[in-house]
Amino acid sequence: MEEQRSKHEWLSRVMKNDTVTGSEALVRSLLIEGVETVFGIPGGSTLNIYDAIHDFPGFQHILARHEQGAIHAADGYARATGRVGVCFATSGPGATNLVTGIATANMDSVPLVVITGNVSTALIGTDAFQEADITGITMPISKHNYLVRDVNELPKIIHEAFHIASTGRKGPVLIDIPKDVTSQKMIFQYPVNKPEIRGYRPDIDPNVTQIEKLHAAIAKAERPVILAGGGVIYSDASKELLEFVEKTGIPVTTTLLGLGGFPSAHELWMGFPGMHGTYTANKALQNCDLLISIGARFDDRVTMKTSGFAPKVKTIAHIDIDPAEIGKIVETAIPCLGDVKSVLQQANLHAQPVHAEAWLTEIQENKKMYPLRYTDSEVTLKPQFVVEMISETTGGEAIVTTDVGQHQMWAAQFYQFKHPRSLITSGGLGTMGFGLPSAIGAQVGNPDRLVVSFNGDGGVQMNAQELAICSILNIPVKIVIMNNQVLGMIRQWQELIYDNRFSHMDLSGSPDFVKLAEAYGVKGLRATNKEEAREVWKEAMETPGPVLIDFVISQEENVYPMVTPGSTIDDMIMGDER
Amino acid sequence: MKRHTISVLVNNHAGVLQRVAGLFGRRGFNIDSITVGQSEEPGLSRMVIVTTGDDKMLEQVQKQLNKLIDVIQIVELSAYPLVDRELALIKVSAVSNVKPVILSMVEPFRASIVDIAVDSLIVQIVGDSDKIHSMIELLRPYGILELTRTGLTAMARGVFLDDALPIIEYE
Ligand SMILES: Cc1ncc(C[n+]2csc(CCOP(=O)(O)OP(=O)(O)O)c2C)c(N)n1
Repeated sequence: MEEQRSKHEWLSRVMKNDTVTGSEALVRSLLIEGVETVFGIPGGSTLNIYDAIHDFPGFQHILARHEQGAIHAADGYARATGRVGVCFATSGPGATNLVTGIATANMDSVPLVVITGNVSTALIGTDAFQEADITGITMPISKHNYLVRDVNELPKIIHEAFHIASTGRKGPVLIDIPKDVTSQKMIFQYPVNKPEIRGYRPDIDPNVTQIEKLHAAIAKAERPVILAGGGVIYSDASKELLEFVEKTGIPVTTTLLGLGGFPSAHELWMGFPGMHGTYTANKALQNCDLLISIGARFDDRVTMKTSGFAPKVKTIAHIDIDPAEIGKIVETAIPCLGDVKSVLQQANLHAQPVHAEAWLTEIQENKKMYPLRYTDSEVTLKPQFVVEMISETTGGEAIVTTDVGQHQMWAAQFYQFKHPRSLITSGGLGTMGFGLPSAIGAQVGNPDRLVVSFNGDGGVQMNAQELAICSILNIPVKIVIMNNQVLGMIRQWQELIYDNRFSHMDLSGSPDFVKLAEAYGVKGLRATNKEEAREVWKEAMETPGPVLIDFVISQEENVYPMVTPGSTIDDMIMGDER
Repeated sequence: MKRHTISVLVNNHAGVLQRVAGLFGRRGFNIDSITVGQSEEPGLSRMVIVTTGDDKMLEQVQKQLNKLIDVIQIVELSAYPLVDRELALIKVSAVSNVKPVILSMVEPFRASIVDIAVDSLIVQIVGDSDKIHSMIELLRPYGILELTRTGLTAMARGVFLDDALPIIEYE
């Protein structure tokens, strides 16, 4: 009740058609779009905006310590909630600090609205102080971007930006606002209807003929496989996918970004495919005769050398919202254009079981014979053990974010994901520095969920400054560091591909992470063996606020299986212990 | 590998040429020539892009262009009978005794002399790429001092392409 009244109050306050500055128009527009939280750092070009925020105590702005932290937090928020993430940065260096975050979101189709300040209109193009052509810079890495030249256009542009970011294949949209525009006066009027943008038609209705072809292919298939990707999660289609799989009985592999889109306990799930994928998933891809890709884009980390990918396939069907993905990497016989959810709903109406007994038996045997394994040790702490322990104690119910490297693969391999939106990881761009800030965003969007962030000792140092946010806002994320004192994934490649010629992978000189956490006012814990690991994890779980746990692991541990770049998934290295 | 002539209708916002040209560069598509100018509709420009590649590349070019919010319509003109034209200005070295010779060459091409100076003249020629190429080769022995070409602009004959679908449809 209380909440409803206050929402009503500010809505009536922001919907008035009175004269306001561009800055106030921006804040009002964001409130009308339902934005609850933005992440950012102010600067000269955005000070008018920050001045306007000051009048809206209900508008939550979280002050990051680096713009890259702000945008990854907005990204984590978006991936975990399914809503549009928003961040603010000033012109020039503030804006350019966002570039990695924009590219990260773009590669993984994450809906963001990124607001940057710019120098005043009259100064644009003069190499003014803190000027950068951020719309030019971000053209290749954003879904769309705007430079606002007229204050009266601002509400319409914001309305369009949210529409573009959150429809079709989602993605980041940048709005660059010159400083003078933020202070100019306008009569506030927010568009009420869905934006009409010529040249942008995100909704594609499923085509029944295409789906009939899919059914016909399924009826003929002897060795069918489903490759499901992030699209399943982004279109909230996990239920529909489960139904499709159960009706047809086709085994599924989910890509890294698709993890959680299908319950990992299900007997038809084969793990994830590709470079560090499971034997079962990779073998199934290599031997299938029908491949149904659902919201997955045949990334080279999945296909490895494309010429050797799925060599026995007769028919590839591809369900995707983005027409440009169809036929981009592999020849597609049955394109099914449309939102994954609506295509699957349509397909489920007439889905029939496959006749592929031998194939299904083979897959179940592979699952039994070649599960993901590791050699545990009582002396050294194994990272896989740490992930398993966390997976078990959280019952697979946590939201997991990761950084990039070996720990990312171990988390993906050994955490048992049950729900969509519970793995947040930079898949497409592979951005180190993503783990901690994205966890902050995920937690802000889900205050009641447990959020665990897996990081390497290398990557965590790329945005460690955001520990300040955890501390000051008491954001209860559990920050796990798999501390192997090296750039682990680099070490692994140098060992396996560069003949043990270890070059610049030694991280000596890293801080004592427990002390680093404490320096920020965050609880720090350390474990060097299994028993300590259990104890500190228990303590971390019982601690209400943020905790950083430094798990000291061995340098030599490698991620297996591995398919080395340049080879096909048939040449999988299973690891020495097998 | 085939030459394709694509007509792209775009919003004439600042930066649209950069978006389109940037997309070609980034995705490794060729641009043999690109021309831009106003279209029949205020606020919209039409680009004519000539590119070389196989059918798979052409399909990707169209699909990727389509993802740009500022792109409204894409038509592969080479799929239709079309009129394509380019304009070139050629400054040729010409002392007084060769001027009549050049004049006589220009006529069969329906080109024209648009400037005469003491020892040079400017030939203007409009036509398809072949015609322009031939004209240039004929003039080359006399000494080409300067050459500029506009790049190709084109239009499908007869058919009215307003209904051409920007999204490649699968049956
Ligand atoms: C910003 C960025 N720089 C460099 C890389 C290349 N890279 C990929 S994994 C890796 C090593 C990561 O080491 P660490 O963070 O310690 O994690 P580990 O692999 O040991 O788990 C590096 C340097 C990257 N992915 N991102």
